[in-house]
Amino acid sequence: MKKIILSFVAIAVFGSAFAQSPEEKGLEIAKAAELADIGFKSSTVNIKMTLKNKNGQTSERLLTTKTFELNEDGDKSLIVFNSPRDVKGTATLTFTHKKGSDDQWLFLPSIKRVKRISSNNKSGPFVGSEFAYEDLSSQEVEKYTYKFIEAKGNLITVEQDPVDPKSGYTRRLVTYNKDKGYRMEKVEFYDRKNSLLKTLTYSEYKLYKNKFWRAGVFKMSNKQSNKQTTLEFTEYDFDAELTEEDFSQTALKRAGK
Amino acid sequence: MKIKRVLFFSMFLLIVSGLHLSAQTKKKKKTVQEFELEVEGEYRYFYKDAQFNGQKSQFPALAFTPKYTVEWDKGRESINFTGFVRFDIDNKRSHWDVRELYYQKAKGKWELNIGLKKVYWGVTESNHLVDIINQTDQVESFDGEEKLGQPMVQFTWSTENFGSLDFFYLPYHRKREFSGAKGRLRFPVLLEKEAISYQSNAEEWRQDVAIRWSHYMGAFDVGVSHFYGNGREPLFEFNQQGEINAFYPVINQTGVDLQVTHNAFLWKLESIYRTAKTQDFFAIVAGVEYTFSNIDSNGLDIGVIGEYLYDERDDLALNSLQNDLFIGSRIAFNDTKDTSILIGGILDLEKTSKIFSIEASRRIGTSWKAEIEARIFNSIDNKEFILTNFKEDSFVKFSISKFF
Repeated sequence: MKKIILSFVAIAVFGSAFAQSPEEKGLEIAKAAELADIGFKSSTVNIKMTLKNKNGQTSERLLTTKTFELNEDGDKSLIVFNSPRDVKGTATLTFTHKKGSDDQWLFLPSIKRVKRISSNNKSGPFVGSEFAYEDLSSQEVEKYTYKFIEAKGNLITVEQDPVDPKSGYTRRLVTYNKDKGYRMEKVEFYDRKNSLLKTLTYSEYKLYKNKFWRAGVFKMSNKQSNKQTTLEFTEYDFDAELTEEDFSQTALKRAGK
Repeated sequence: MKIKRVLFFSMFLLIVSGLHLSAQTKKKKKTVQEFELEVEGEYRYFYKDAQFNGQKSQFPALAFTPKYTVEWDKGRESINFTGFVRFDIDNKRSHWDVRELYYQKAKGKWELNIGLKKVYWGVTESNHLVDIINQTDQVESFDGEEKLGQPMVQFTWSTENFGSLDFFYLPYHRKREFSGAKGRLRFPVLLEKEAISYQSNAEEWRQDVAIRWSHYMGAFDVGVSHFYGNGREPLFEFNQQGEINAFYPVINQTGVDLQVTHNAFLWKLESIYRTAKTQDFFAIVAGVEYTFSNIDSNGLDIGVIGEYLYDERDDLALNSLQNDLFIGSRIAFNDTKDTSILIGGILDLEKTSKIFSIEASRRIGTSWKAEIEARIFNSIDNKEFILTNFKEDSFVKFSISKFF
């Protein structure tokens, strides 16, 4: 059934290309990309984050992420820090929403406290990295407006303007690979002054469950500060069969310990 | 009593290892073990002359926090241990504790915990009224955030639409420790832990219970709790001869905590009503935290916190927060070293007393952490029943931790 919908959308995207405005075409590509990733249900993955400053000095963080797919609303995710040692066990639980701000809780293992935190700070860096919170939250179609820019072979570039005025960007230029399930190949981020701020490239893609493309490496380069953050994903597991109970505040405390 | 305690712990260990074995044989899943150790060197300096005889000014100290976890069934079952040992100039601050030693099992909507554990309730920053499950490790920290392990059976039932319910069975009470002769932050007469008695004939073996319901609805996080058992704070009574009679009363305490998260505003409230045979009182702390985030486009967050504190016990409130205002600021640099600073002041609205504080921390390299803490007692009013004993006890503390 999903395959049928997918091909229907594909026909809609390319069949009616001439009748559409760039906005309609952009939106349809974003929807096709979302559709191509529907049905993964839940996943777990280990992430090694390497921060590199402009002098080339590096520092590392290890985290584990669990994701639970929801279609009527945004996904739920649980992130646990395993290193550096002084923050080991610190964990966050996020309920993303298609509309409105996300709900987020932070677990502090030293005093076992769960704190509801504001998700207002979208543009701020995630743990000192070049990734902003908004770059790592689940990508919902409703969070942007779209404009088709160009298609070169199998690569399609779409401009995405964040709906939320608290976003740190005026626009993002996203390059999709339409032959590979509309996976993203590259994102360029333009800051509030509309100058190029960061470039994110995806590499070492693998196909899981014959449907879901996941990049093994995310490389975010800040073009203004010359700092860089690399995320390396290992041990993707789509068979964890997580349930909504694995994303409760009780589960957050259990994960952090 | 010591023997009783040892028996209690060994029985618990036996049960836990039994559970572990039976679980092991059933599940073919892999077990994951982890051992960690934090070694902390600390130096506290009280820069004013001591008020009472025998009190020292400089306190170099060492602490070890070993941690061991074994989990299986993808983390749904585990045994967790956290120990703590402190060596200090003050013989009472030299102490050890089993912070946690418990077996945990989670299945679907429920979770069971058996053993010594730490549990935190509440939302506010300047005072933790609602938090009552664990005894405070009074000699360890001034802010009351360090806790002793509490023996318990905790059963949690989480639902999606009606929030979660926690049931606690607390079979054993732990007494609070007070500074020794050389220690600061004490009264002229030394309080001996052993000299403080119980109202209950069952003493520390009184079987206590607690329940908590907590839920989240959109911007609202709410918790309602009730505790019935030996109080965590001793009650001081004075007879006509002026002698102190200190004991742990049997209390009923109902607590409410509420946080409303709206954009960059966090509106917070905690309130309790406590009844005991000789004392009924109401206390509240309410306030707001607002964060200016990423103000330099480089991750700098500056939060401002304002909280009002009221305690009906007035001068008998052990932390002297009876009608006070807390103003503070949390500065987070969000840099690769996780540098953060919390500064604050508690201002008494009826008296001249003020307490200023600063807490700052930063990681060094990959496995070290440095912290600075200062508490400054300023213009402490002579009418203060408790704080007047601490008025010369302003201090600065430096600590450095290595994580193995």
